[in-house]
Amino acid sequence: MAEAKERKTDIGPPHYEKLMPPIIKKNYGKWKYHERLKPGVLVHVAESGDKLFTVRAGSPRLVSVEYLRKYAELADKYCDGYLRFTSRNNVEFLLTDESKIDPLIKELKSEGFPVGGVGAAISNIVHTQGWVHCHSAATDASGIVKSVMDDLHEYFAGKEVPGKLRIALACCLNMCGAVHCSDIAILGIHRRPPRIDHSNLNKVCEIPNVIASCPTGAIRPATVDGQSSVEVEEDRCMFCANCYTVCPSMPLNDPLNDGLSIWVGGKVSNARSEPRFSKLAIPYIPNNPPRWPEVVEAVRNIVEVWVKHARKYERMGEFIDRIGWPRFFKLTGIEFSKEHIDDYKYAGLTYKRSAQLRHS
Amino acid sequence: MADSGNGKTPLLDELEKGPWPSFVTQIKSVAEKNPRARALLQLLERSYREKIGHWKHGGIVGVFGYGGGVIGRYSDLPEEYPDVAHFHTLRVNQPSGWFYTSDSLRTLADLWEEHGSGLTNMHGSTGDIILLGTSTDELEPTFEALTNAGFDLGGSGSCVRTPSCCIGQARCEWACYDTLALTHDLTMAFQDELHRPFFPYKFKFKCAGCPNDCVASIARADMSIIGTWRDDIQVDKAAVKAYADDGMNIERDVCGNCPTKCIQWAGKEIDIDNENCVKCMHCINVMPKALSPGKDRGATILLGSKAPILEGAIISSVLIPFIKIEPPYTEIKELTEKIWDFWGEHGKNRERVGELMQRVGLGNFLEEIELEPIPEMIAHPRENPYIFFEEYFEEDEEEGE
Repeated sequence: MAEAKERKTDIGPPHYEKLMPPIIKKNYGKWKYHERLKPGVLVHVAESGDKLFTVRAGSPRLVSVEYLRKYAELADKYCDGYLRFTSRNNVEFLLTDESKIDPLIKELKSEGFPVGGVGAAISNIVHTQGWVHCHSAATDASGIVKSVMDDLHEYFAGKEVPGKLRIALACCLNMCGAVHCSDIAILGIHRRPPRIDHSNLNKVCEIPNVIASCPTGAIRPATVDGQSSVEVEEDRCMFCANCYTVCPSMPLNDPLNDGLSIWVGGKVSNARSEPRFSKLAIPYIPNNPPRWPEVVEAVRNIVEVWVKHARKYERMGEFIDRIGWPRFFKLTGIEFSKEHIDDYKYAGLTYKRSAQLRHS
Repeated sequence: MADSGNGKTPLLDELEKGPWPSFVTQIKSVAEKNPRARALLQLLERSYREKIGHWKHGGIVGVFGYGGGVIGRYSDLPEEYPDVAHFHTLRVNQPSGWFYTSDSLRTLADLWEEHGSGLTNMHGSTGDIILLGTSTDELEPTFEALTNAGFDLGGSGSCVRTPSCCIGQARCEWACYDTLALTHDLTMAFQDELHRPFFPYKFKFKCAGCPNDCVASIARADMSIIGTWRDDIQVDKAAVKAYADDGMNIERDVCGNCPTKCIQWAGKEIDIDNENCVKCMHCINVMPKALSPGKDRGATILLGSKAPILEGAIISSVLIPFIKIEPPYTEIKELTEKIWDFWGEHGKNRERVGELMQRVGLGNFLEEIELEPIPEMIAHPRENPYIFFEEYFEEDEEEGE
């Protein structure tokens, strides 16, 4: 009956103060300004005059324990063991000795970690698990991110761009990567209605839940081969896979039809214009592993149009606001199709409701 | 033994080429010693060949006394890939601001080398440290090792998800409140709600120090707490002049981008109509040495954002335009509890709080959580005339009693 030892629960995370460098503890809440010294390097100057140097390096997000130890070793060598990660999965080394910046950058680069992603730049791609770990993935995540960043790494490492550009990838509409407010979003999509496993549906799923899960009411109860099951009115299926989330007998994964869509112009920052959703640019690109060249090319094309035509500080969405959607499609050469026109809730609000058009 | 035999991964090998760091290299760096990582590589190669994932749907696993924190995952090809037959993931609550010491990283590395695949995500989308892949029998030992090292699991399922925040006052001069402290406090205050799911669906907190919103709280958190100020932007005139002398085109780059055109440049000084400033941050972002947020700082609280599933994506909308953020954060916690009470009672299964707010209408929602409607909560008043007046006069009532 007596337990050998007390089991610890509900202790919460380690307190952040225990993990911070002394310079941060000392100047907490008393920072005066910061500057970008060069690509990937920031200096924060405190009211006390203290200077904290940050060196930011790109990471694949999927990191092994071997590489965690490598990060630890670099942190020990250059910044008394203090480091952190960013909301975009970069790793940041927190230095007080300015003379160690260049040696650290050199060593990071020699270990294969690009330095950059600060300020007006293309930062790391926030992404999801994909085929590495997810049951509902319509594509892989890490492989596309790797391929796209290989292609765009110069923009991470300091090649000039008009402003910030945030790319995100989610491998299905669940959007664990919350890509819906990104300058460029790469989104895995299914395109074939669920193929129902009638033999076990009523054993592993609750039929009323399955019916209720469908946002368009496309799922109805049915008896198939004497078994209680459901049927899907395929015309009304928009491939959201919500039924699959509540019922494993309704898989949508399909190698023939799964693929990617590309969305543009979203943002979360309040700077200048309000936060907004990304809008559809390309409805469908087939999966083409291992390097998804069509996706890489599509993203680069959109990035290059923005780099060439956007004004200083203009985010993708602000740039498109100024030039208009017709010109966006013209400049990018992306074909406009029926799929671009919204037909879900409040679709009417997305129609052009004025005669303000550019005719040249 | 389709592929697990020869061990070659020609497709994944293609992803070791090029300048960006490769996740394949990461997996390979532990594959030699770790059979789970080795099997993952083989299974992933097969997915690349077949263009389909090989993970089965969910499965309820966890540690004793918790209802979340572990994502159950099983391969659909367990006979061929027995080392990833189970490949469960643990979400580990990150320290606020994602700060680590080299020793804390080594501790995590050692315990995950012993108990799991040796693969992690630094970090997951919600903010947790993700320990990627282990078997059911390793869950309790991993949990014990984690808690002994001072770590705990994060949230999964219909619970409070692991709160997260920007770097805040630890390094940023723009942070209008202490995002790290609030995040840690909320995490500790709601440990039970975090570990034991009993909500209609998930509930996320994200604390951003200023309207730049580096943690995307307005897009990704049910409750978005975004730092702001309500007095005047602080101006260092000499520093403004220095930017101008240095060649900055203040008229074009600063004033020209102000959303309310409340900032003027007369060639020598800037003049800000602070009453019309909407705290967008642009001018401060561009001239960090010269301009900074005011001194009367706090936050805007917005509610409801989420990704598309189920009723469509939502961006959070304003509940409280300005609130001071100070320990013990009683007002925020009381507001949160009121929201949870109403949502717990009226939310449908898997209905996020933002969807509930839209289903019942913001006006009705406000009544339930005891907030007065104010114009800051809307982009504009209604355009349609279909007003649900809740009462009308009747003739005989005019007589009084």
